[in-house]
Amino acid sequence: MNHKRITLFAGHYGSGKTNIAVNYALLLAREGRRTAIADLDIVNPYFRTKDSAAELAAAGVSLISPQFANSNVDLPALPAEAYRLVEDRSLHAVMDIGGDDRGAYALGRYTPFILEEGDYRMAFVANPCRPLTRTPEEALAVMREIEAAGGLPFTAIVNNANLAHETTAETVLAAVPYMERLSELSGLPVWMTSAEETVAEELAGRIPRLLPMKLQAKYFDLPEQKGPPRPLFG
Amino acid sequence: MAERVLMKGNEAIAEAAIRAGCRHYFGYPITPQTEVAAYMAKKMPKIGGVFLQAESEIASINMVYGAAAAGMRVMTSSSSPGISLKSEGLSYIAGSDVPAFVVNVQRGGPGLGGIQPSQSDYFQATKGGGHGDYRMIVLAPASVQEMASLTVKGFNLADKYRMTAMILADGTIGQMMEPITFEDAEVETYDKPWALTGTKMQRPHNIVNSLYLKADELERKNFERYERYKVVEENEVMYEAYMMEDAEICVTAFGIAARVAKNAVVSARREGVKAGLIRPITLWPFPAQALRRAAEQVKSFVCVELNMGQMIEDVRLAIECTRPVSLCNRTGGMIPSPDQVLSAIRAAQKGVN
Repeated sequence: MNHKRITLFAGHYGSGKTNIAVNYALLLAREGRRTAIADLDIVNPYFRTKDSAAELAAAGVSLISPQFANSNVDLPALPAEAYRLVEDRSLHAVMDIGGDDRGAYALGRYTPFILEEGDYRMAFVANPCRPLTRTPEEALAVMREIEAAGGLPFTAIVNNANLAHETTAETVLAAVPYMERLSELSGLPVWMTSAEETVAEELAGRIPRLLPMKLQAKYFDLPEQKGPPRPLFG
Repeated sequence: MAERVLMKGNEAIAEAAIRAGCRHYFGYPITPQTEVAAYMAKKMPKIGGVFLQAESEIASINMVYGAAAAGMRVMTSSSSPGISLKSEGLSYIAGSDVPAFVVNVQRGGPGLGGIQPSQSDYFQATKGGGHGDYRMIVLAPASVQEMASLTVKGFNLADKYRMTAMILADGTIGQMMEPITFEDAEVETYDKPWALTGTKMQRPHNIVNSLYLKADELERKNFERYERYKVVEENEVMYEAYMMEDAEICVTAFGIAARVAKNAVVSARREGVKAGLIRPITLWPFPAQALRRAAEQVKSFVCVELNMGQMIEDVRLAIECTRPVSLCNRTGGMIPSPDQVLSAIRAAQKGVN
């Protein structure tokens, strides 16, 4: 997998940006690169890059997150330190952009620097199992909204098809035609496919450029709920 | 298998509401329920519905009151401080006997509190909040699937009994994502001959109002309303009993606390402690009978809540204090761990609670 100096992950909220950004930063660090990750999510105060602070620190990845992340202060302030990512060109930088166009407004202030340097990959994270991006056409519309807000054109697509703990290799493979259509509509390549590590194992050799991921465990597993949850009525 | 979608709890509510026939949403943004409004803002214009961000919570609940009076399936959603602001309107809606659907994705309180998950609006939801004698049907989902299913159920019940049905969720269930389907809850429709739809000069005027100038008339209205509430209590109680068949310790918990508690019950069983769980799904009407029956069987209760102990009062009342009830809680946005609940179960087993 070839890497640009700055890699940005953006997409519809809940598409999986944060998990991908964290795992991608860990991959860069494992490959021996000086890596920093910035959480630019000004929209959702619940699921954050900072939740993976311990793993990132252990891997030597520096983490730049909003001052009030994971606190009760619902204040979407970005740290001045985030400029390090665009100014220190000896770093490999990963940027986790907030959901939808609202989240991408925060990106705008860094866009001129990123464009000037020109060594970046702006990846659109797509999950067809999410309700507002069920079709490639809907995903394209979200893509255009984010570009308009952040001022930075996308250059790649990430296939992150998943149904959380119900994801199988088939879930990911079934999304391939969707990704190909999105690629055709946008003119952008499908850069990689990200999947939880056990699913990625099943996918090995069946799909190119896989990013196996360790996921942030945030939801509350139910003891009897290994398969689909039982419906409440009927 | 039915088609599965990966949804946030808040999105599941919005989509289920649309599927239940809701075409009017009035709200005001507040963390951690904002995705309900965001989803409605995207979807409603595409299906000929109304999404309106009002100037305040008070305005939005009065818009709900108006649309409900016109016979529409209508909703609003907010989080704890926002529900306090809506409470006057909820009282007026109750006093006018119109159906409404309201969502509270709770955050820590009191006051502005915090944005992290909480269950500290149990009293507010089940005991009033607004003024006057009234009840709301209060539904407590414990998964994203139930956020959807109970939303449809809530619209049905609101119309059936001409009252407010409230989803009492918390920030965790609102924000977390799980794969769900929308095919397990049936949409029911009810005639609304009382609605303000225009007489077309063919029927007498309908009046929707909560003001009564004569005391005896107001008293009669209140008596009538409570007869209806009695029917709800007799017919609409929902709860889940888990491993209760031979249980000696009964854990009670609703919503997200019940998920944590369930894991603790499984761990307790592994240690040979016969624990079970009763999870109220309707907080009003409260499953008092189920708890009374459990009290004949178990030696004590452990109540797990994300507050300073609110549902525990209803548990004690239901079992008429015939068994000890201990509280296992976190508050202010914190969530108890399965280990904390397990320790409380062990203590109850040793009789030291």
